[in-house]
Amino acid sequence: MKHIIAVLLENEPGALSRVVGLFSARGYNIESLTVAPTEDPSLSRMTIETTGSDDVIEQITKHLNRLIEVIKVVDLTEGSYIERELMMVKVRAVGKEREEMKRMADIFRGRIIDVTDKSYTIELTGDQSKNDAFLEAIERTAILETVRTGSSGIGRGERILRV
Amino acid sequence: MEISKKEIAATAGATPDLASQELRGAEILIKALQAENVKYVWGYPGGAVLHIYDAFFKQDSIQHVLVRHEQAAVHAADGYARATGDVGVALVTSGPGVTNAVTGIATAYMDSIPMVIITGQVPTHAIGLDAFQECDTVGITRPIVKHNFLVKDARDMALTLKKAFHIARSGRPGPVVVDIPKDVSFKKVPYAGYPETVTMRSYNPMRKGHGGQIRKALQLLLTAKRPYIYTGGGVLLSNASSELRTLVDMLGYPCTNTLMGLGAYPASDPKFLGMLGMHGTVEANNAMQNCDVLLAVGARFDDRVIGNPKHFAQNERKIIHIDIDPSSISKRVKVDIPIVGDVKEVLTEMIAMIKETSTRPDPAALGGWWETIEGWRKRDCLKYKPGSGEIIKPQYVVETLWNMTKDVETYITSDVGQHQMWAAQYYRFDEPRRWINSGGLGTMGVGIPYAMGIKLAKPDAEVYCITGEGSVQMCIQELSTCLQYNTPIKIVSLNNRYLGMVRQWQEVEYEGRYSHSYMDALPDFVKLAEAYGHVGMLIERSEDVEPALREARKLKDRTVFMDFRTDQTENVFPMVQAGKGITEMLLGSEDL
Repeated sequence: MKHIIAVLLENEPGALSRVVGLFSARGYNIESLTVAPTEDPSLSRMTIETTGSDDVIEQITKHLNRLIEVIKVVDLTEGSYIERELMMVKVRAVGKEREEMKRMADIFRGRIIDVTDKSYTIELTGDQSKNDAFLEAIERTAILETVRTGSSGIGRGERILRV
Repeated sequence: MEISKKEIAATAGATPDLASQELRGAEILIKALQAENVKYVWGYPGGAVLHIYDAFFKQDSIQHVLVRHEQAAVHAADGYARATGDVGVALVTSGPGVTNAVTGIATAYMDSIPMVIITGQVPTHAIGLDAFQECDTVGITRPIVKHNFLVKDARDMALTLKKAFHIARSGRPGPVVVDIPKDVSFKKVPYAGYPETVTMRSYNPMRKGHGGQIRKALQLLLTAKRPYIYTGGGVLLSNASSELRTLVDMLGYPCTNTLMGLGAYPASDPKFLGMLGMHGTVEANNAMQNCDVLLAVGARFDDRVIGNPKHFAQNERKIIHIDIDPSSISKRVKVDIPIVGDVKEVLTEMIAMIKETSTRPDPAALGGWWETIEGWRKRDCLKYKPGSGEIIKPQYVVETLWNMTKDVETYITSDVGQHQMWAAQYYRFDEPRRWINSGGLGTMGVGIPYAMGIKLAKPDAEVYCITGEGSVQMCIQELSTCLQYNTPIKIVSLNNRYLGMVRQWQEVEYEGRYSHSYMDALPDFVKLAEAYGHVGMLIERSEDVEPALREARKLKDRTVFMDFRTDQTENVFPMVQAGKGITEMLLGSEDL
């Protein structure tokens, strides 16, 4: 099952490689990983999307907590949460396709952020399944390039992860 | 980078005015080690640590021991830590110094030994440029340390070392590497003293166990029909041996220790069922499989301990698990009542609760359980065919040594293989921290360096290294260090001319195809010992075993290498083959 784990850790060099090293050393999956400093520059916030049985997820959270630089670990999927991913897709847009692509972008509430006479670059934000759906919806051969940030997650309502 | 004569003069003549004191990074390092009460450092100099070695030269409160190979520096400091409970400290140079130390660091990590390893690094401006003797120390050691640091600024030196020692010894202990670039050890910075305390928002290991969990555990434990107490290295690391003894005595329950936990409960006590696991006793393994309530204390259900987990799960039992590391709980075996906390604190609380409650174990059920256990014990699984004449039984050598030294303070180190198992089975450890071996990583070559580290800490104790002719050659160069620093150890080599444990597996699992497990062209160990300035003895007959050990003991001030030519085909029994359940034991050659 998919889990989204949020990690608050010291913003120190090497902290990221400790997390990544832990996943590879113990054979855990990483579907995606995003990390950036928070409003407090001494802290980094990481979102890890992973899959595994409940036992594996329990070990993952325990081992993350064991890392000296990790301050807090929360499995967001244990409660309600919001997940967002930014995707930029460069698509072929020639002739009839131009109107079609514009319409698809509108349907998915995407924005065209770069235009040439042969292509559009579309920006989409949403959970991963929405971005997946967009890629499914457009003509596959029209996709020239895709870049996705991976999921960032935050708890709903009063669920707050901070020091 | 050169130190000018003017600067040396300035350092030598400096008055200790704390407020405005300026010190080099290397000098701050020395101050930190002194403040941490470090008495010995095992190390090996090289380019990147020259400033640090120069600072060592100018002080005399810390003794530096020059080893012959960096691996041994880490092992010796590790052995010292295991025997004393203090943090062991090693110092190596960059590049090959570090890579040689890696085996030692991984060994300490697997057994959760508190250590600080200081490593030199190329100057900060050269990092990443493939400089001479450069390697990514922090990267290479990351998976085998509790934590590591690269000190980029001499002003961070004191706090980093404070953190390193704090992390190494608190919580579940482990090795911490502090990588110091050459320019950082040279740079002069203001020094305001070594911090007295350190707080880290991201690191606060839990010490006290959850009271409610302990109460629940106790309820289960006191109403058990077939209880069993299984303890590991965590009891020793937490210095909780006396609490464990009190608990076991109060309850009257059977107790077993893992390889790493031997000595936590006295082997001579009838409640002790011996070591359990792959080479555990019949009674210890059967009790593990058949108990209805298992109290696991500072142990981690290692694959060598529970055998095939599916087989282990066939019998239903409730498991209580006390461990300071939450990630050890429910890792390999599902636990019913986890208690996260320091073993000593949790056991103390448990004992206090037992005193308060009137519930006592059901004597009839317990009596029946003990009867079953005594039935298993009657099998006398550690009995071996005695040797005579030219047949020296390795078990007999260990047993003879135990008989001779059991009443004096004795430390036994071992390497890895058959001799290690015989030492664990036949030397009956009654005291904690007397059995020093590499359990987790299983590192051949630790025996001599361990013994050397212990002998410095315990000069009046007898220190024996039980080893084999294979393992001993992996760090035999340290015989030289033993002479230089006058650490007279006794090496008991059980020489069967085979890599015995490999040979045994090849006999059991590979139909006797002894692929590359025979050691031809062994050195003359007597001459080798003599070449290093020590005493060598060759023992080829069974009746000479006892006199040889007696003679070696008398040579208190000498390192003695005893080359016992033991039975070539002797195997370690009981044995649980890989993939089998822990009660599916081979008990002797008749089972092969």
